Amino acid sequence: MRAFTRIAAWCYALAVYGFIFLPVVVLVLFSLQSTSFPIPPFTGPSLRWYQAVLSDTRLTSALVNSLLVASISSAAAVTLGFLSAWGFARFHLPGSALLRGLITLPLTVSYLIIGMGLLVLFNSASVPKSLLAAGIGHVVINLPLCFAIIYSQMGDHQINIERAARDLGAPEWKVLLLITVPVMAPAIFAAFFLSMTFSWDEFVISFLLTRFDTTLPVEIWNLLRSGLNPKTNAVGSLVFAVSIVLVVFFELTLLRRKPA
Amino acid sequence: MNTAQNNGHALRWALVAPALGWTLLFFVLPFIAMGLSSLTAHEGGGFTLSNYSQFFTNASYWQAMVNSLQVTAIVTVVSVLLAYPFAWILAEMVPVRWQRLALMLAVLPFWTSYVVRSYSWLLVLAQNGVVNRALTGSGLISEPLQLANTRLATTIGFVHFFVMLLTLTIFANLKQLSPSYRRAAADLGAGPVRTFLHVVLPLTLPGIMVGAFLTFVLCIGDYITPQILGGNNELVMPQLVMMQIGRRGDFPLASALSIILMVVVTAAYLACARWLKIERT
Amino acid sequence: MSTPLVDIRDVSHRFGQHSVLKNVSLTIEPGSYTILLGPSGSGKTTLLSILGGFVSPSEGKVFIRGQDCTFVPPARRPTTTVFQDYALFPHMSVGANVGFGLRMRGVDGATRAAKVREALALVGLAAAFDKKPHQLSGGQRQRVALARALVVEPAVLLLDEPLGALDLKLRRQMQDELKAIQKRVGTAFVHVTHDQEEAMALADHCVVMNDGRIEDEGPPERVYARPATRFSATFMGESTILAGTVTEAKNGTIAVATSAGAVSLPGALQQGTTVALAIRPEHLVLGAASGAVALGQATIGDVVFQGSFKRVLATSALDPALQFIAKAPASAKVRAGDTIAVSCDASDIILLAN
Repeated sequence: MRAFTRIAAWCYALAVYGFIFLPVVVLVLFSLQSTSFPIPPFTGPSLRWYQAVLSDTRLTSALVNSLLVASISSAAAVTLGFLSAWGFARFHLPGSALLRGLITLPLTVSYLIIGMGLLVLFNSASVPKSLLAAGIGHVVINLPLCFAIIYSQMGDHQINIERAARDLGAPEWKVLLLITVPVMAPAIFAAFFLSMTFSWDEFVISFLLTRFDTTLPVEIWNLLRSGLNPKTNAVGSLVFAVSIVLVVFFELTLLRRKPA
Repeated sequence: MNTAQNNGHALRWALVAPALGWTLLFFVLPFIAMGLSSLTAHEGGGFTLSNYSQFFTNASYWQAMVNSLQVTAIVTVVSVLLAYPFAWILAEMVPVRWQRLALMLAVLPFWTSYVVRSYSWLLVLAQNGVVNRALTGSGLISEPLQLANTRLATTIGFVHFFVMLLTLTIFANLKQLSPSYRRAAADLGAGPVRTFLHVVLPLTLPGIMVGAFLTFVLCIGDYITPQILGGNNELVMPQLVMMQIGRRGDFPLASALSIILMVVVTAAYLACARWLKIERT
Repeated sequence: MSTPLVDIRDVSHRFGQHSVLKNVSLTIEPGSYTILLGPSGSGKTTLLSILGGFVSPSEGKVFIRGQDCTFVPPARRPTTTVFQDYALFPHMSVGANVGFGLRMRGVDGATRAAKVREALALVGLAAAFDKKPHQLSGGQRQRVALARALVVEPAVLLLDEPLGALDLKLRRQMQDELKAIQKRVGTAFVHVTHDQEEAMALADHCVVMNDGRIEDEGPPERVYARPATRFSATFMGESTILAGTVTEAKNGTIAVATSAGAVSLPGALQQGTTVALAIRPEHLVLGAASGAVALGQATIGDVVFQGSFKRVLATSALDPALQFIAKAPASAKVRAGDTIAVSCDASDIILLAN
């Protein structure tokens, strides 16, 4: 009976792994297809669709746009989130709980609705659609996240460390640069990284707020109009590969930084 | 804590003002704009409630909300039921030194782009895709099944994503549980089944609720998965909203539908509010 | 008398509606070791924070070296603090931690390194210069925090429950070292604790606090032998408390009626005054070799062996509400359930006015 449950459990786990990996395996496998349809039978391997992707300037410029929007909007979100978390953790502000609630509120609202709101606002204010508009939207969705992560790491111990620095004669800006930022670095880094991934992968806000110059997810979406196409597989596989490399890199560096 | 007064009131507000300003300008204000727009007539621009009344009188709009709620409910329940045992096996049966790797593998497809993930399922479920080939090839069916462009495909696509998400949250929950609880229960004579039912499950329930709520919010507001996998047969709310903008440029109606969708999510939030507290450690 | 190093005048403090310090005045002499002793919530930590400049008092003034420092921020006060959780900068080496204050004062690198090494040698951690705080034990971190605060040569060093996080043995050891270091550097130390043994071991001047007020202050020997209030008699060491009324007063002697019988002792109080008498455990005599003042029979309830002595709790036969707390030699043959005579010497009775 015991053995039976164990075997059943392992089978279950394998089945779930299978379910989780099935689409990814199919995606990557048929990105190597040599014929024009990413469906069985497999005719590869061939790299022709990767070549097609890399020579498609629309895709490559969308990739650069995505990287720009993700890094700049994440930097802005982390900066705003860090400063406000610091302010709320250090000072007693009137209505603090309410204001913190306001900053984290966008977390509970769908991206679609945030995008819609900005579209309506920009439309009525005659602000044209652009990457900048999409970037503003990305800060809106990532700011609460950065704030929540950094604020949750600012415990009383953190406050005492800053007091100690001030007690030893450090002016405010030195406390910030020499103590707070270095001590909070893991949280700041985690917030930035998470923010990057969300912005990098965000579709609906970019879709609503950009027009000609657009981000990679929107460009991939445009590719989908041509139906099943190994080129889409190739783009998807490339994005996947880059993400995995980054994740493994961050995992290793973050793990190494952790004290024993 | 009271800090010495001369540290200044100006500084404390200067720190929080940019974030508050950003939220007010690009979150609260758009919301007000959307609210105003939803009360404006598409043709002519006068005040009207017709954008809201349409939702209740037009059966196809109403149906989109019903579809949304049905899909979301099924996805949430199925994802929790699939993910919990999976997370449990990872946390309890996999040797500790392999757990990190096992978990990373379990969420690996997270790192494909969201649009691409839905597209991948289209590959799997297409008329002559992998599943249909396997089924016809093995002689189980003679004609390929209509899998893509159905509600089933939408559900599968969603479940795939949320099983990964819930596995993460439930796994974290199970690992946070002190082993002493289980030892205490066993010590007091509870078998593994009763320990699970009376101790482990109730203690991880708040975590499950957080995960389920997250699933609900993300699922009901998502446009990509139903659009790519479900097609235009059975519309859900986000598709309906996007359709108003795309095809007809009807911002007022899109605004009204967005607000209705948000009211539903808020109602769900209030219903689960006591399980969802963000706390400072 | 010269001006004191620190002069706290009529300081009160409130957190919202809650009053945590009520009109406290205190002076601290140069080179002294002052202990603020009290239970949690007594206001001792708030008083220390006011001294350090982290909290501005609602009322009153703080003078340091004769200057009004009430609203001077921590950075510009001649005080430094050793925090309860040490608050070492986790991303800096021990050397950088200790040198931080000097760096903020613009001291050049070479001088700084020399002074840091000197300070680390003072606390016995000369070898730890390049280590990171997380590589050190609790006791070592404590020493680093001490070195960091001392190296900038403050006029007053403030210590907020500095030994609270250490285990008992290490605590006693660090206690001795703290005292030795203080004598060597000659800086005035102000140290907050709730541990009365720590207070007795370290203090030149002991300040007993309760409920936002100073109950008693003075050399620890005096505070222990002649506590000023009932609170300090029970908080700074244990006491048996006898409540009573003065029945007779003449020639500097008073007779007090208590529930354990009549007691006469030196004193000058009016007839009819209600008083409390405190007797230290080591002054209560159990059994035949009775002292001058008989306190009736008592039933022994509990005997706890403490190594060098036995702690005995006994209930008076005359008054079941009266608990005697006594200290018997380790060799004493006392058992729970025995009935025994209790007595003491009149000179050991501490008279507390109510």
